[in-house]
Amino acid sequence: MEILFSSLAILARWDVVLALLVGSVGGVVIGAIPGVGPAVAIAILLPATFSLDPIVGLTALLGIYGSSMYGGAIPAILINVPGTAVNALTTYEGTPMTRRGEARRALSLAYSASFCGGVFSVICLIALSPVLAIVAPMFGSREIFLAALLGIILVILAHRGRVLAAGMTASFGIWIGTIGLEPVKYSQRYTFGQSWLAGGVDLIVVVLGLFALSQAFLLLVEPDKANKSEGISGGLFVGFKELLRHKRVAAVSSSFGVVMGMIPGVGEFTAQFLSYTYAQRTSSSPETFGNGSPEGLVASEASNNAVPAAAMIPLLALGIPGEALTAMMLSVFYVHSVVPGPQLFQTQMDFVIALYIALLILNVLVIAFLLVSTNQLLRVIEIPTRFLGVAILTLSFVGVYSLRNSAIDCAIAGGFGILGFVLKRLSLPIVPIILGMVLGGIMEIKLRTSMMRVDTPLDFISRPIAFILFLIILLVVAAHIRGIWLSRKTKGITHHGR
Amino acid sequence: MSKNAPFFDESPHAGGLAFALIFVAFSAFLLSQLGAETKPSPGSQIFTRPSFWPAVGVIGMVSFGALHLVAQRNSRHGGAKEAFVWLQAFEFLLWFMAYVWIVPLIGYLVATLAFAATLAARVGYRTVRPLACAVVTGFCVVLIFKTFLSVKIPGGAIYDALPGGLRNFMTVNF
Repeated sequence: MEILFSSLAILARWDVVLALLVGSVGGVVIGAIPGVGPAVAIAILLPATFSLDPIVGLTALLGIYGSSMYGGAIPAILINVPGTAVNALTTYEGTPMTRRGEARRALSLAYSASFCGGVFSVICLIALSPVLAIVAPMFGSREIFLAALLGIILVILAHRGRVLAAGMTASFGIWIGTIGLEPVKYSQRYTFGQSWLAGGVDLIVVVLGLFALSQAFLLLVEPDKANKSEGISGGLFVGFKELLRHKRVAAVSSSFGVVMGMIPGVGEFTAQFLSYTYAQRTSSSPETFGNGSPEGLVASEASNNAVPAAAMIPLLALGIPGEALTAMMLSVFYVHSVVPGPQLFQTQMDFVIALYIALLILNVLVIAFLLVSTNQLLRVIEIPTRFLGVAILTLSFVGVYSLRNSAIDCAIAGGFGILGFVLKRLSLPIVPIILGMVLGGIMEIKLRTSMMRVDTPLDFISRPIAFILFLIILLVVAAHIRGIWLSRKTKGITHHGR
Repeated sequence: MSKNAPFFDESPHAGGLAFALIFVAFSAFLLSQLGAETKPSPGSQIFTRPSFWPAVGVIGMVSFGALHLVAQRNSRHGGAKEAFVWLQAFEFLLWFMAYVWIVPLIGYLVATLAFAATLAARVGYRTVRPLACAVVTGFCVVLIFKTFLSVKIPGGAIYDALPGGLRNFMTVNF
């Protein structure tokens, strides 16, 4: 109880309240604009939050992260364009419902399912905190190394059909992270005698280039497009009542979101895939899936909104970000000398609980905002894409230049912007670059520390958690190889059949 | 197993082969520089050598890149057209760098308003309404980030020509 009061005291500040409001409303608006997305917004805002208290900065960023998917459902349902990438599955059910004249029903159901997923995951996190406080300190250097290795393997394997490209970009990220002064022996690595490379390549600069600048280039180069949408009449509370009829799907989907969110590198897409498949298999009318099924909509929205809060677990408990957005948030911790990891749960439990409560409040604020302002939000969907490109490029300057007032940083970000642009055009994965940079750095330090304490390679997995993590890595890799083998066998049979 | 079954399930894209070739060539160059650009520290444990992690990254780049290159060998036609689109992005990179160069000279506010309006005009918005919207957007960006959030962007050299009080006001807020 004492911790709870202490956590509430952390949040009871005008700047935290303002950050919550700005983050939640801003996240919904950003999510509702197709072509922007939370990654671009967080990348741009990141340097601005460095001057704020960690709780203020993190609350604003978490607000954007947690609420963008609510907003992303609006264009996904009304105009068949997902506001954020994770709302793609929502278009399968939302758009047919809109075509049937059930836009209001679809929107209100999406909001209530998202609210259910968001709140459920925060409650799970609060309930899990005491367990994490016991388990997290059991993670020493070798366990954190193995968890980071598992994270990077999962990030690569999660890109189905693009595993080689994901491996390629993750390795590139690992290499980028090694440029500059080596952390122990202070020798230069891959600086080619250039003094501007001696300090390494800043993560924020890379993030801004790959996410914000590349998106601006993409929007500016591609033909201009302005979406049109029609207004909604009537209240949006009806979805909460209807959600009660799909409470089983909502609960299971939210649980998938929590579990998948906790595993580094997996995230929203896998959670959605599992939830959607579950909902379809257990539905009394599976034939309606893809043609405007309310259950499919609930599965998609409840699972993706349960992920953001759960994704904070590996970050807070182990200092390991599971995806790009939490990797960006890690830098906010570092700037303020708050080291996320096992110690955080022991020494600053009130801070952790305060973050969770902020997430809970955020979900309430977002749903209240959406219930009264959906019709006004429809106007942001109509902003032409090239105009968005101009706005993102203008905003990207603030993000990069305000870091160190360095034109070189801007040029490096520009270079990564071009790289991100080409990768997006080729549908190649970008996120593994960021995770390669962050997890590669963690793995290097942790491997060195742990190797000093082991005599033989087997000692590395002599502790129970290390052994379990090692087994999981083996299982994951073996399962993937088996999947490839089975897929090739099926393809071979199909080709012979022809 | 059929010979026609694709070896990798990565679908080829127009321009994919060109990108894969550039990536593999770059990775091979980095690998060739591994000895020169990292300190080998012979005698120490392999994992603790400064060259170990760069080697992990670069060898991963070469290996995955080479396999990706094989997967992209049947890239769809239209690589030249795609490469032309890539080049178009460089124009906007130049716009961005010009903006970076001009801010310390004429100040954040004027540079942002001019940048937003001229870039909007360049991408096809020539009527008053979108141009005015671009200027308002630029002004809001300056107001939020520089005036309210006080992000670190230095005042323009042009502000030195302003009288004392106004110079300070402009440097601090715009």
